[in-house]
Amino acid sequence: MSSADPGQVFREEAAELLADLETALLQLEQNPDDREPLDTAFRALHTIKGSGSMFGFEAAASFTHHLESAFDRMRKGELTATPAMIGIALAAKDHIRILIDDPANADTAAGERILARLAEQSGSATMPAPHRQEPDDADDRATWRVRFKLAPDALERGTNPLLLLDELRGLGDAEIVAVTDDVPPLEELEPTRCHIAWDVLLTTTSPRSTIEDVFIFVIDETELTIEPVLASSPTPAPAPTMVCDLPDPSVPTPPDPVQPVTQPPQSKADAGPEKGKAQPVANSIRVPAERLDDLMDQVGELVIAHARLKQLISDSVDLQIKSVTEEIERLSNGLRDITMGIRMVPVETLFGRFRRLVRDLSQELGKDVLLTMSGEETELDKTMIERLNDPLVHIIRNSLDHGLEPAADRLAAGKPRQGRIHLSARHAGTRVLMTIRDDGRGLDRDRIRAKAEEQDLIPPGAKLSDAELFQLIFHPGFSTARTLTSVSGRGIGMDVVKRTVDGLRGTIEVSSTAGGGTEITLGLPLTLAIIDGLLVRVGQGRYVIPLFAVEECVELPPDVERRHAGRNFLNIRGALVPFLRLRDSFNVRHPPDPYQKIVIISSGDKRVGLVVDQVLGDHQTVIKSMSKLHADVANFSGATILGDGSVALILDIAQIVAAGQIQEQRREAS
Amino acid sequence: MTKSILAVDDSASMRQMVKLTLSSAGYQVMEAADGRDALSKAKSGSFNMVLTDLNMPNMDGLTLIRELRTLPAYRGVPIVFLTTESDAGKKAEAKAAGATAWIVKPFQQDQLLGVVRKIVGA
Repeated sequence: MSSADPGQVFREEAAELLADLETALLQLEQNPDDREPLDTAFRALHTIKGSGSMFGFEAAASFTHHLESAFDRMRKGELTATPAMIGIALAAKDHIRILIDDPANADTAAGERILARLAEQSGSATMPAPHRQEPDDADDRATWRVRFKLAPDALERGTNPLLLLDELRGLGDAEIVAVTDDVPPLEELEPTRCHIAWDVLLTTTSPRSTIEDVFIFVIDETELTIEPVLASSPTPAPAPTMVCDLPDPSVPTPPDPVQPVTQPPQSKADAGPEKGKAQPVANSIRVPAERLDDLMDQVGELVIAHARLKQLISDSVDLQIKSVTEEIERLSNGLRDITMGIRMVPVETLFGRFRRLVRDLSQELGKDVLLTMSGEETELDKTMIERLNDPLVHIIRNSLDHGLEPAADRLAAGKPRQGRIHLSARHAGTRVLMTIRDDGRGLDRDRIRAKAEEQDLIPPGAKLSDAELFQLIFHPGFSTARTLTSVSGRGIGMDVVKRTVDGLRGTIEVSSTAGGGTEITLGLPLTLAIIDGLLVRVGQGRYVIPLFAVEECVELPPDVERRHAGRNFLNIRGALVPFLRLRDSFNVRHPPDPYQKIVIISSGDKRVGLVVDQVLGDHQTVIKSMSKLHADVANFSGATILGDGSVALILDIAQIVAAGQIQEQRREAS
Repeated sequence: MTKSILAVDDSASMRQMVKLTLSSAGYQVMEAADGRDALSKAKSGSFNMVLTDLNMPNMDGLTLIRELRTLPAYRGVPIVFLTTESDAGKKAEAKAAGATAWIVKPFQQDQLLGVVRKIVGA
């Protein structure tokens, strides 16, 4: 048990249930007759209400109760899931969330308005939430004669008469006599049946209702009489009344109107494989994210410690130590993979949030938009998913706001009226590619160029490839929107999107066709904790270059200096690639090796060569972030610890490529 | 002798609360997340009482009660179900399915203990 505060557990659980509820509502909006999302929505509401009132979230529980009733009626076919109803339910869901997370700031009036609209939609005044009955006052000491005979099958159904008798004893002085009149002869005796009745004289201060309460669970199938014998304050014996919330047998419950099966699990059991989301596995446990972070840290340390051990015994001839070290290697690698696996969550958890975003935005902007998704099952590190939320929200907002045209323009352009946005995720090697595609008007090259020239980002008339041009939209303060709408054009810009993605060691690529739409692809590492790198040596220092960015390694031709007159360019298969001498960048005094190598790295569609003394080979490393003191150091994104205990810095590809580009621009300008 | 109870509910917070309440009173509690889970745990262990919610995925409480009552080992084992004020019809169904008792949600911890003591003893 992770936390002893059930309230916190409930809050976490409610957050998940509300997310499920939203997904279900949006599915229901698409297919109002689909039974499954309706059941999911109802169950989520039911649990929030039930558990909420248990853990002191009274306001949330009573508010949810109204919504739950409406959905119960939908399940019974008395109401239909109209778009208006879904709209109200979504608003209500948001309100429930506030009531649970931040009840102090909940807007009661807004809640009332939602309920009023709900009542209007469901065409009935909603019932007030039920309240518990208070027990009635105790009266004076009296003697009662209590006679009861249980139903014959009561024992089989788990009722224990001994406990009932004990309870009667607990109320006062009880004289108990067993009545065996109905016990059959032995040959007819069925041992599982209850044949005995009891006659009890009970003197107690408790009122009749308390005595009846002893039989609360068996009262409708038990022959029970409770009569006053010697009452000190004579009260007429009232007929036994129903105390608790028993269904009154004298009032038959009205038969339900014709309705589909109200027990989804039964109908599901034989429905074969389910569509949509898999049911959560029953035997899973919830673990706070920090613990996973700690675990990952420890595993990282273990991997490093093992690398050191391996290095220490590399010259050893002791076979036993060698075999133990290999064993540790196997175990620590296994542990590393498992730990990384634990932190992986399907992208669906991220994509799911955007259904609502797109729905609300499309209403706000008055654009009809269809959101489709693929590859939601692709898994990514949890932290990654969390950090990607804001950039993706921004990109999607942009697509809806600037990308997709108003319906009239679309029709005029011969496109379907409804705009489309497609989110997809897929694995590509050790990375995940996430694509946001719209079929809108596409990026306006001329406007981007004009704007960039205006801001002195590019020299006038510069020749740029499309990809280079599109990268300009990530510059701070760069917006081509002529009018700022409330949706985008404020808050975070594309520059922040780029910064966030860079921070995740990711890449952004933009492609666009005029009139055909825009596609933005984010390339992301699977995890933030471990990196596949190329270990290189410059002078006496060792550095790690992230492997995803490495294109190739080539020899540095010795005559390159002479041919390019001091300009650092290399002809790689016909293309001039600028290169940087890392020796110069890092002020290495150590004499260079005779045969230097160039590692060609790429970011987006830019390529830069890095001159190093030696390529030591590929190396999987645990990333350690830089301290606050070094956070601003240019060209490095982190550090790692090598097998001999020394530190190697990890190069920041995006920054280095940008530096190489500046060099190239100088060349073009000269 | 410690009495063991199988607590079945798809709400984790509810299970946690039930577990805390009952274990602090000296009962042994095993949790199950839905009817299907509960049935397999019931078959592989033995319990003095089953406490179940009615609304659950995979297998609901009513089905669970019926299924348990078909097992010889669970003849006579008390089954308590959780219900709400508005579920009068459900309550009758659950009783007909073979349940022993019920607890109306929302309830306080001492009410839960009261019912459990009443049904299986301390």
